[in-house]
Amino acid sequence: MAQMTMIQAITDAMRVELAKDENVLIFGEDVGHYGGVFRATEGLQKEFGEDRVFDTPLAESGIGGLAVGLGLQGFRPVAEIQFSGFMFEAMDSICGQSARMRIRSGGRFNSPIVFRSPYGVGVKAAEYHTDNLEGLLVQTPGLKVVIPSNPYDAKGLLISAIRDNDPVFFLEHMKLYRSFRQEVPEGEYTVPLGKANVVREGNDLTVIAYGAMVQTSLKAAEEIEKARGVKAEVIDLRTLSPLDTDTIVESVKKTNRAVVVQEAQQSAGIAAEVIARLNERAILHLEAPVLRIASPDISFTFPSVEDQWVPNPQRVVEGMNRVLDF
Amino acid sequence: MTRIAEKPNMHAARMEAVKPLSVLDVNGNVASEVEMPQLNNNQLREIMRKMVFTRIWDQRAISLGRQGRLGFYAPVSGQEASMIGSQSALDKEDFILPGYRDIPQIVWHGLPLYQAFLYSRGHQHGGQIPAGVNVLIPQIIIGAQIVQTVGVAMGLKKRGKNNVAITFTGDGGSSQGDFYEGLNFAGAFKLPAIFVVQNNGYAISVPRHKQTTAETIAQKSLAAGIAGVQVDGMDVLAVYKAVADARERAINGGGPTLIETLTYRFGPHSLSGDDPTRYRSQTESGEWEPKDPLIRFRKFLEKKNLWNEADENRVIEEAKDAVTDAIKKAESIEKMTIPQMIDSMYENTPPYLQEQMKQFSAWEGK
Ligand SMILES: Cc1ncc(C[n+]2csc(CCOP(=O)(O)OP(=O)(O)O)c2C)c(N)n1
Repeated sequence: MAQMTMIQAITDAMRVELAKDENVLIFGEDVGHYGGVFRATEGLQKEFGEDRVFDTPLAESGIGGLAVGLGLQGFRPVAEIQFSGFMFEAMDSICGQSARMRIRSGGRFNSPIVFRSPYGVGVKAAEYHTDNLEGLLVQTPGLKVVIPSNPYDAKGLLISAIRDNDPVFFLEHMKLYRSFRQEVPEGEYTVPLGKANVVREGNDLTVIAYGAMVQTSLKAAEEIEKARGVKAEVIDLRTLSPLDTDTIVESVKKTNRAVVVQEAQQSAGIAAEVIARLNERAILHLEAPVLRIASPDISFTFPSVEDQWVPNPQRVVEGMNRVLDF
Repeated sequence: MTRIAEKPNMHAARMEAVKPLSVLDVNGNVASEVEMPQLNNNQLREIMRKMVFTRIWDQRAISLGRQGRLGFYAPVSGQEASMIGSQSALDKEDFILPGYRDIPQIVWHGLPLYQAFLYSRGHQHGGQIPAGVNVLIPQIIIGAQIVQTVGVAMGLKKRGKNNVAITFTGDGGSSQGDFYEGLNFAGAFKLPAIFVVQNNGYAISVPRHKQTTAETIAQKSLAAGIAGVQVDGMDVLAVYKAVADARERAINGGGPTLIETLTYRFGPHSLSGDDPTRYRSQTESGEWEPKDPLIRFRKFLEKKNLWNEADENRVIEEAKDAVTDAIKKAESIEKMTIPQMIDSMYENTPPYLQEQMKQFSAWEGK
């Protein structure tokens, strides 16, 4: 096994699938010779040739449509949207077209596409680069939405996504790209889509998070354990659509209290959906209202205030305390 | 059966062999008297002042960027003729819709330099354009500014103004759907709009020949039925002339123009980790250096006794001082707070956001 950063694990997943299935194609802006602005596709064009890994002209709507069309021809496109805020230009292909291909054709056609895009607060990138847009995507039936929080999951989830016959939007948090390494197996393995992961066990309350907020929540869990001996269970959702309701409900049945942490703006987000499901399936097990810790409802992070914008461990601890002391 | 390309009207739809508009040759001699724009000596000197100032500011900005005192910044050296030639041909009331690299145009049109720095640092005040300055904050989404230009141009026309809306993008930007939609709308409504494509040969790493197989970008005007011209973008007088002509045509009801300027950025794509040696050869960069727009225009002015070393040194010092003052001022502006930003989200802050303001004030107080 090798020690890999998340970005290396992502490259490795694409390499494994390019080698395994000749229908896998990688394209987007600067992904070829240059290897992507984050080097996510580094070396892949050299290894697999320009037919399989190629630059497109600068047009996200074109990239999205190309993916949809290639999907109709039985290819498995892995299309990169260079930064998350640029997905708006491709929104019709992503949400309006690829996600409806199966239902519109009564199952005759599908969209075995992976859209990949970096996103996420904390690296002080320019505006439109860091936007947390998973809420928009999750509102789209037919589309799967995946956000890994570590190198091992990133590789296994991306391989699953590429093999999946439905369109998957795979969001990669920029701050996690190179922040730590992990043991990642060589070759192929999968982490199933639609399955959350209990990353820390505990009996006193459940913290539900995804993406970079998993690290933040783990820190918060350690802090609160030190401060008042409370054992928090931390769940990494990994897939936001379809959401793994069973895992969160099981955990809350055990702990009776929960906090949901998301980096995205608060209103109508993933946290709201998680809370709704807990209300539907676990209300009688709850000892306190479920709280959400999120960003303010302002349109994007000005890099100057990112640190105040994004939930930090202190804010999570404060939320946990409120739930515990209700 | 005739093949379609052999039909005579198909040939008619192709552009005549395009020869870029140029006024000065590489030695700063007048190559085309007829194209020489009508500019007096002061105007000529002012254009040179703006170019030298911009070069120094760009160099300083790159070093400020490396020191972490700026945020996102896209270098402009090499493109001064394209940028300043364009802006200099405008009326103060004309409206500029810039892309991320087009800071010189909006600064010379009136945006204070310290605000450009604040914008780069990701501070809201950077985008608070002073009243009376007709520019928009730089656009990050490539293409968005192009369709918006159409709206501004229609507004100017409806208001009966003798002004134009002008926008800028790169060769890469000319691939966006928004580019075609913008050109087509402007043509369909015969609007006073000017679309400048600064073709610097690359969209980050992707070379122009992989962007499109069209022979020129200027000829993309043909499909929209609007005027199109290709210009030597290292020749400031040629760019000035092309924009001045387009402006005149536009305010006289002649409709929009697409201008392709052939230019080169000497530096990296941006300061966010781009390494041009991964996609550009040294030979190529070397070939462009003698075409430096500052050198050519300086030669022209010197021959007319309109510029000398002392003039240049004076502008260099002026620029250094101005940049130092601007960055100091930018750094002295109070930091933003989340409650402040929440406050500017809507004209009237709704109750749930007022609650968030309180919550964040409490956190920030800690
Ligand atoms: C909609 C959108 N897609 C992608 C990008 C990322 N991006 C920023 S600059 C750039 C290349 C632009 O090249 P070009 O238009 O030729 O202008 P240049 O930077 O060379 O002046 C890309 C792909 C973006 N900012 N917006």
